[in-house]
Amino acid sequence: MIEIFRFEFMQNAFMAGMMLSLVLAVVSFFVVLRRLSFIGVGVAHSAFGGVALGALLGISPTLTAIGFAVAVANAIGYIGKQGKLSTDTAIGIFFSLAMALGVIFIGMSEQYNVDLFGYLFGNILAITRTDLVIIAVLGTLVLASIFIFFKELLFVAYDREVALVSGMPVTFLDHFFLTILALAVVISMKIIGIVLVSALLVIPGAAAAQITRRYVSMIAVAVVVALISTIGGLFISYYADLASGATIVTLASAIFFITFAASQIRK
Amino acid sequence: MKTTAQETPSKRPVYVELDDVWVAYDGKWILKSIILQCYAGEIFGIVGPNGGGKTTLLNVILGLVRPAKGRVKLFDQPPGTNSRLDIGYLPQISRADRSFPVTVLDVVMMGLYSKLGFFNRPDRQSKEIAMNQLSQVHMEDYATRPFGILSGGQQQRVNIARALVSKPKLLILDEPSTGVDSVAQEDFYELLAKLRDEQGISVVMVSHDIGMMTSHADRVACLNTQLHYHGEPDSCFIPDVQEKVYGKDMKVMVHDSKCVTCFHRHEDHD
Repeated sequence: MIEIFRFEFMQNAFMAGMMLSLVLAVVSFFVVLRRLSFIGVGVAHSAFGGVALGALLGISPTLTAIGFAVAVANAIGYIGKQGKLSTDTAIGIFFSLAMALGVIFIGMSEQYNVDLFGYLFGNILAITRTDLVIIAVLGTLVLASIFIFFKELLFVAYDREVALVSGMPVTFLDHFFLTILALAVVISMKIIGIVLVSALLVIPGAAAAQITRRYVSMIAVAVVVALISTIGGLFISYYADLASGATIVTLASAIFFITFAASQIRK
Repeated sequence: MKTTAQETPSKRPVYVELDDVWVAYDGKWILKSIILQCYAGEIFGIVGPNGGGKTTLLNVILGLVRPAKGRVKLFDQPPGTNSRLDIGYLPQISRADRSFPVTVLDVVMMGLYSKLGFFNRPDRQSKEIAMNQLSQVHMEDYATRPFGILSGGQQQRVNIARALVSKPKLLILDEPSTGVDSVAQEDFYELLAKLRDEQGISVVMVSHDIGMMTSHADRVACLNTQLHYHGEPDSCFIPDVQEKVYGKDMKVMVHDSKCVTCFHRHEDHD
């Protein structure tokens, strides 16, 4: 085995990276088609408030982050639906509120043993076996629910109005997807980071959209892009001694620009 | 099946019934005292200026907007999820994202999703139903093409196939002429007439295009907050009614035999 896999933390990181690639790629397919990338940013940042609350209460930051992210995602969806305020505005408010609460919680907390910087920008060393189990369980839940409601989610993403008129439970599906998005964010924050994960909620889907016009192949391409980015990013970050999350996102962006250029040339 | 002056449509079942419907938005009345009946097997056109409440009226029929006052019935029931399965809806063209990664066949299949229900995936049979529907609108050769590359008229035909694939009793069309060239429009209205005559489907459509409506609808109502007339196409052009709906400076430019003849035939409910 090559040197990099001698360390248990690297094995964990690679396994987590592969599982997350699958989850984030499928979620990004819908994020791109439904133009929800800014919600992705908002929900990701709101997880920070949850992590800080976990640190304050001395309970698992993953658990509190799930609570925070799911609540914020659904609150944004709810307010956007009332029509008095744009979703964009709702995101702007909640995103900063959750971050502000996070800072307050940290200030109140006596203990400094939670690696907040790691949660913000990703820390490859932080992935434990327990994290792997959490990623596997929640990741499977996310993928299975998307699989079950795929045709409904696709219809609503494509033509919301006609989907609604034909009897689809559009409001339920919106909140359902926002909840899934929040879960995907939370399981990715340790390795990629709260600040950087929103990139992987967009780039795989966006790169795939440059290459293909069929949804099945778009999902497949998105998965490949995400896998190359995370696996490649982990290798580069290890050998070049760079931050893992940032390397993954930079590599993903590079792939996006290549696919974008290729689609421009093909025109 | 076309409604003529001699035949009273009232013997046929009523698919859509609005009884004294009022709708307000932000403290302003958008619809006032709307009385409307659409019978099985007729093409019912609603014309009127932009902002006159056309889309709101469609939303009331679809059950998406609840009136402040009045009663709405679809197939003799209050509008709801069940009655929606009997409705085919054609939205204004070009609302959906042209780069969305779906093929023509995918789009038509979506029309079957609600009937399939949760947990069921479209199978070979749904695919066959969708293909048959596509051939009815002469688009079967495009089944595997990306939807976004089609012309406006072709997209409209595919969208109508999607609206029809679940075998609805009632079709609701929002501005069907938008973004479609005149040849494609003629084809489209021919198809509507065929559906009415062969399958007894009812059509309710709204448009600001008076010419198209008067030549293709069996009955036309003119809507500007209130329904100003409710009868046969020609009678929309009583100068008085026309002025109320479109204002004084409106000039009618419809050049067919039915044009601008001013007779007024009351329906029994008027």
